[in-house]
Amino acid sequence: MSDFLQFEDVSKHYGAVKAVDHVSLSVKQGEFFSLLGPSGCGKTTLLRILAGFEQPDTGRVLLGGEDVTDLPPYERKVNTIFQSYALFPHLSVWDNIAFGLKVAKRPKKEIQSEVEAMLALIQMEDQAWKKPDQISGGQKQRVAIARALVNKPRVLLLDEPLAALDLKLRQRMLIELDLIHDEVGITFLYVTHDQGEAMSLSDRIAVMQAGKIEQLGTPAEIYEAPRSSFVAAFIGDTNFFDGVVAEPLEKHTVLDGFLSVAVDRDYSRLKIEDFPDLECFNDKQIRQGEHVFLSIRPEKFRISREKPEGRPHLNILEGGVEDVIYLGSQTKYWVRVGDYRISVIRQHSRYLLDEKPIRWNERVWLSWHADDGFMLEKYSEQDEALLQPPPEEVGETSEPGAGAS
Amino acid sequence: MKAGARTRLAEWLVTLPSFVWLGVLFLVPTVLVFAITFKPATPFGGIGEGWTLDTLRTLGNPNYPAILWRTIRLSMLATGGCILLATPMAYYMARAGAAWRRWLLLLVVLPFWTSSLVRIFAWKVLLHPEGMLKQALVWLGLAGPDAMLLYNENAVLLVMVYTELPFAILPIYAAAEKFDFRLIEAAKDLGASSFRAFRSVFLPGIRVGLLTAFLMVFIPSLGSYVIPDIVGGPTSEMVGNKIAQRTFVDRNLPHAAGLSAILAVAVLAPLLAIASLRRRESPRDALREEGV
Ligand SMILES: Nc1ncnc2c1ncn2[C@@H]1O[C@H](COP(=O)(O)OP(=O)(O)OP(=O)(O)O)[C@@H](O)[C@H]1O
Ligand SMILES: [Mg+2]
Repeated sequence: MSDFLQFEDVSKHYGAVKAVDHVSLSVKQGEFFSLLGPSGCGKTTLLRILAGFEQPDTGRVLLGGEDVTDLPPYERKVNTIFQSYALFPHLSVWDNIAFGLKVAKRPKKEIQSEVEAMLALIQMEDQAWKKPDQISGGQKQRVAIARALVNKPRVLLLDEPLAALDLKLRQRMLIELDLIHDEVGITFLYVTHDQGEAMSLSDRIAVMQAGKIEQLGTPAEIYEAPRSSFVAAFIGDTNFFDGVVAEPLEKHTVLDGFLSVAVDRDYSRLKIEDFPDLECFNDKQIRQGEHVFLSIRPEKFRISREKPEGRPHLNILEGGVEDVIYLGSQTKYWVRVGDYRISVIRQHSRYLLDEKPIRWNERVWLSWHADDGFMLEKYSEQDEALLQPPPEEVGETSEPGAGAS
Repeated sequence: MKAGARTRLAEWLVTLPSFVWLGVLFLVPTVLVFAITFKPATPFGGIGEGWTLDTLRTLGNPNYPAILWRTIRLSMLATGGCILLATPMAYYMARAGAAWRRWLLLLVVLPFWTSSLVRIFAWKVLLHPEGMLKQALVWLGLAGPDAMLLYNENAVLLVMVYTELPFAILPIYAAAEKFDFRLIEAAKDLGASSFRAFRSVFLPGIRVGLLTAFLMVFIPSLGSYVIPDIVGGPTSEMVGNKIAQRTFVDRNLPHAAGLSAILAVAVLAPLLAIASLRRRESPRDALREEGV
């Protein structure tokens, strides 16, 4: 039950390119599992290995405990929804959906009723006799889903099924996919490079990079506790600070009226150039003297005009606002502290117009709890492209004469 | 309304040249051929005055049905053979890498660089009792020393397939090249074997190419007379041979015209059948255009 679908040490290379590099992975039955990663990281290749279109160089694939590595595609109880849909252009919607059942030589009556049930599920009963080029993109997508699901696969593979749709339709299809998954209870293996899609749909996500799995976990785990700078940068926005781990913090406790001092190994002091010493949760037991990246997500900061009161484990920095972008439900600030342009997001939970808003060029205080920062190993050159550089000239900076006041 | 009338006029003006072309070079000669059938022949190979049904009567020659049937049969077989060979060839060409594909394409059109007459003659040399192919087959024990490879229907069919093959490969390849091979993967994903995917997805996907190949091979085959003349014998005569014989030997033009008319009907019949099939498909397209 728990290990329904397993990749065991699967590798595949094309020439010198390691498309999939010793991947081991197990997916539970009924799970909505996503493979997420940048273009070319090997997601499609992994999917094609499971579908049977590619033979892995090493390792094996198990489905329901059975080794399917050497089975041809047509003998595997998995079905794929292709990015291009790949509907048969010469067949009607009805015949497209019936294709798998006809190939399996199922009785006519059964085919009839199963196809009709599918048409009802995708709400296209009235379009059954149209050809694929006579229906819209979203409808094609739904037919592709029905054509796969009607065969009752053990795993449904979806390779960026929403990539060809516009934003509005994408959002609707996301909800539909979610509903369908709940309804049919089949295991979904979903490939995407869109973190939003993966986050909103998945039970668990495997973040891939260069053929390897960087991190595997629930959407919240991956977002809140990224294990590498790559994951932190790829999933959502983050700020990186280049630092060196200093000595662990001392822990002061008052016991029976006596002050006792002990070393607190959970938190480390972090030295970052031009900054006061910072505190950071050190769950990985990173040793003193090591170079790390401190990653802090924009919404973890508190931004205020007044200096916040010092509390244990609270980090405080002073900086100047360089850019302000008002986004309605939230405002995005770019705050300059030393060499860093820090991206900060402030959620407007209170009525905004009553307070004096923070504006460009003001001195502000940023604060965050030591638990909200993560010390990560330094990212490679490759990851740098993922870190979108903050806009240099946006918002109120262009106001003439403002700098003189 | 006015704009509609103007575009219709423009459409007519644009199509006029092709109508004139078709009319002068195709329709008029065809009508003439049909008409000459009802003219008397002169002893010097000309066409006489007045109208007569004499030719129609002589066309009742008891040998003709057999010859006509052989012509249609051989043409069908040649067409079938060509399409059977060309389809897998086109499939592999379409799937091959760009460089390899260019070489294959070159190989397909290479025979056109030599006169077809020379190539047909080359077959005569190959199939000749003393010829290389014959000797090789005997040496391999695949043919008896007395077997006759030349001057029969099989020889005609073989050389017809050989000559027409490029005309089948090219249109099928053109269709296969545009075919989306991901559909094959989709079919296999849905449980279809390779053969089933080929039959249920690839063949329907290239049907326009197959249809073109059929017409490109079948119609010229019906009219062939050089091939049966060179590699065929008296038992493998086709309508084309008879037409040539009536024209050049008997110098009876109305008779030749009558045979041509029969052949023309044989050509037009499948064309019309296909056209009507197409029309039966088209109402859906018409509906669709209204719906848009
Ligand atoms: N048939 C092939 N021949 C050669 N190289 C290939 C082939 N298929 C994939 N690759 C290479 O393998 C790597 C992984 O490709 P893959 O298609 O799995 O990426 P992906 O994660 O699906 O990317 P995308 O998000 O762009 O679809 C890439 O570097 C790609 O260039
Ligand atoms: Mg891909």
